[in-house]
Amino acid sequence: MKRLRWNLAAALLLNGASLLAQTAAPEVKVGSKSFTEGVILGEVVTQLARSSGVAALHRRELGGTQVLWNALRRGEIDVYPEYTGTLRQEILAGRSIPDDEALRQALAEQGVRMSRPLGFNDTYALGMKEQVAEQWGIRTISDLRRRPELKFGFSSEFMDRGDGWPALRDRYRLPQRDVRGLDHDLAYRGLDSGAIDVTDLYSTDAEIRYYRLRVLDDDLRHFPAYDAVLLYRADLPERAPQAVAAMLRLEGRVTAAAMIEMNARVKLDRVPETRVAADFLGTNFGLSTAAKEESARDRFFQNTRAHLTLVAISLTAAILFAVPLGVWAAKRPRAGHAILAIVGIIQTIPSLALLVFMIPLLGIGNAPAIVALFLYSLLPIVRNTYAGLHDIPLSVRESAAALGLPAGASLRLVELPMASRAILAGIKTSAVINVGTATLGALVGAGGYGQPIFTGIRLDDVGLILQGAVPAALLALLVQGLFELFERLLVPKGLRLKPAA
Amino acid sequence: MLELNGVSKTYGDASVVERTDLTIPAGRTTVLLGPSGCGKSTLLRLMIGLIRPDTGTVLLNDTELTSENALAMRRRIGYVIQEGGLFPHLTAEGNITLMARYLGWNEQVVGQRIAELADLTQFPRDGLRRFPAELSGGQRQRVALMRALALDPDVILLDEPLGALDPMIRAELQTDLRNIFRWLGKTVVMVTHDISEAGFFGDSIVLLRQGRIVQQGTLRELVASPADPFVTQFINAQRSPLETLRGNFE
Repeated sequence: MKRLRWNLAAALLLNGASLLAQTAAPEVKVGSKSFTEGVILGEVVTQLARSSGVAALHRRELGGTQVLWNALRRGEIDVYPEYTGTLRQEILAGRSIPDDEALRQALAEQGVRMSRPLGFNDTYALGMKEQVAEQWGIRTISDLRRRPELKFGFSSEFMDRGDGWPALRDRYRLPQRDVRGLDHDLAYRGLDSGAIDVTDLYSTDAEIRYYRLRVLDDDLRHFPAYDAVLLYRADLPERAPQAVAAMLRLEGRVTAAAMIEMNARVKLDRVPETRVAADFLGTNFGLSTAAKEESARDRFFQNTRAHLTLVAISLTAAILFAVPLGVWAAKRPRAGHAILAIVGIIQTIPSLALLVFMIPLLGIGNAPAIVALFLYSLLPIVRNTYAGLHDIPLSVRESAAALGLPAGASLRLVELPMASRAILAGIKTSAVINVGTATLGALVGAGGYGQPIFTGIRLDDVGLILQGAVPAALLALLVQGLFELFERLLVPKGLRLKPAA
Repeated sequence: MLELNGVSKTYGDASVVERTDLTIPAGRTTVLLGPSGCGKSTLLRLMIGLIRPDTGTVLLNDTELTSENALAMRRRIGYVIQEGGLFPHLTAEGNITLMARYLGWNEQVVGQRIAELADLTQFPRDGLRRFPAELSGGQRQRVALMRALALDPDVILLDEPLGALDPMIRAELQTDLRNIFRWLGKTVVMVTHDISEAGFFGDSIVLLRQGRIVQQGTLRELVASPADPFVTQFINAQRSPLETLRGNFE
């Protein structure tokens, strides 16, 4: 019953949100994960599809594997770049998949098709400074056995992974004892300064070019293959055959060197992905695709509108729902405990997890973000409404009853006005939390100020991070100021006075 | 006329009011007197239906108070409590007229009624626009009385209305209140634990102890012919300052 009501509420919000989002429907929707390589490939695919004369939209930086996979299955995107290793390890984990043909078969059962490999394998690898590797004559991981004195520094993830350091050491019988876990970025700097000699990396990392690293050959085939492929919906070839044909021209055409170069241009040279993708298509396919780049101003207004949409819809819905819920909690003590416990528990769910939970139910875009923000906004409002009503002295409540005022009128004329300050304070708290949390909406494709923040984090671009963080902080302050103004207008003057006697 | 027939009230194991019969005569002031926990406030709350009796009935002018008619009955009863119980978000006038406005009285009638009440309680007109937090304790109790009288009720119930005031203001308000009650000629029930206040107001005093009526009569009757040693004990427990002085010189 409760679930039904949630779904209903969600469906209502979803309708409102999709109305806002609906413009001319593109024929092909391309998705990409929140990391540079994914965004570049997404952009390449989008421009290829467009070159076939099809209207294509790139929904970039949608989050992680689960988000993209669910969005693909629900038809919110039609195609996105993925890796065979990820499919095996995360999406089809637990199934026995001996080769790519079996993988293709397993995906087909879910209505998803997989292209042939695009040409590069973005797997874990070990890397050293070119100069150091040359000095010791190291080309393969097996070569490391001859140099026990080398210092290893690995990312914490690699230290713990099933196919990470312990398995690698056993497989190659590596003798090194000076092995430490550290942050990935620090590891690169450590290599540069000579504090460590070897680190883990992805075989197409931009830093390979920047730091002049040699990627050691995995001669015993320890690391699983992470061949880049395109995943697309089985119904896409019927809907847009020419677009699929155009996209599949990428098969076998993207080399590791080309990918490293593209990653480096975006990450290190700060060239926009659209331009890098257009240059790649120009060089390799002789296509001249128009890389249309938005101005920072356009982006800012777009993000502001998206952010305000998320906040306004979710907060309004939360107020309309949470105030009556708080009243109910205050009036029915037994139900009240349950209500406060439930909204309290919702608050303890990490916001990212809540967003991801929403995706199977609501897909990507505004709907999951609005529902998650709505849920997050409940607790402060419910709790303050409850506390505001609960703290009204018994003498006042009895005086209202003794006058012969019915319960409803007592609530409207006496209790809610007396609790108004607490209720407004709760709404203010919710609004400020909401403005901040809404930045996470960018992870599920809802846009907003989170978009430049996450892009900035991905590209290590502080300027870009500030383009999102500063307006978000200002908006939070503005909202806070606005509610302080409301407080002056809405809280009765008598409640703001200090008692005289 | 207010009547309690065989009324009792228990909270958990504690019996607060034990099968009590009590008739409050119309047009006069009856004082419920007794030590803390004797059930006097509970009796008052039973009379206005804020709590329901476990057994017995409460009748106002021969109509039984039930949960169905409680709202309508309460509008014929005024109720004043110790700290006034004023609504802090409303001005004095807002407090007094809340119910009349809720019932849709026309503004002219409301205005007239406020003027009458302010005259009756000698409350300054400019004070009507003030909030409770801006009024003195005595003024707040005058507002609480005006609020209780706003609908011109048949009965006025007061629960230690002067208990929180300092002695000078208390004495002044005692006099004013008694004059108001005599002028209005309404049925008044007042709860107090102060024997001298009971004697000052009460045409009739009901002395209670542990949920039972010990004696009902005038102050003179209570002093002259106590029904129980407790009556004398209770009266003597409140020492007058003059007696104290006399004791010191002896």
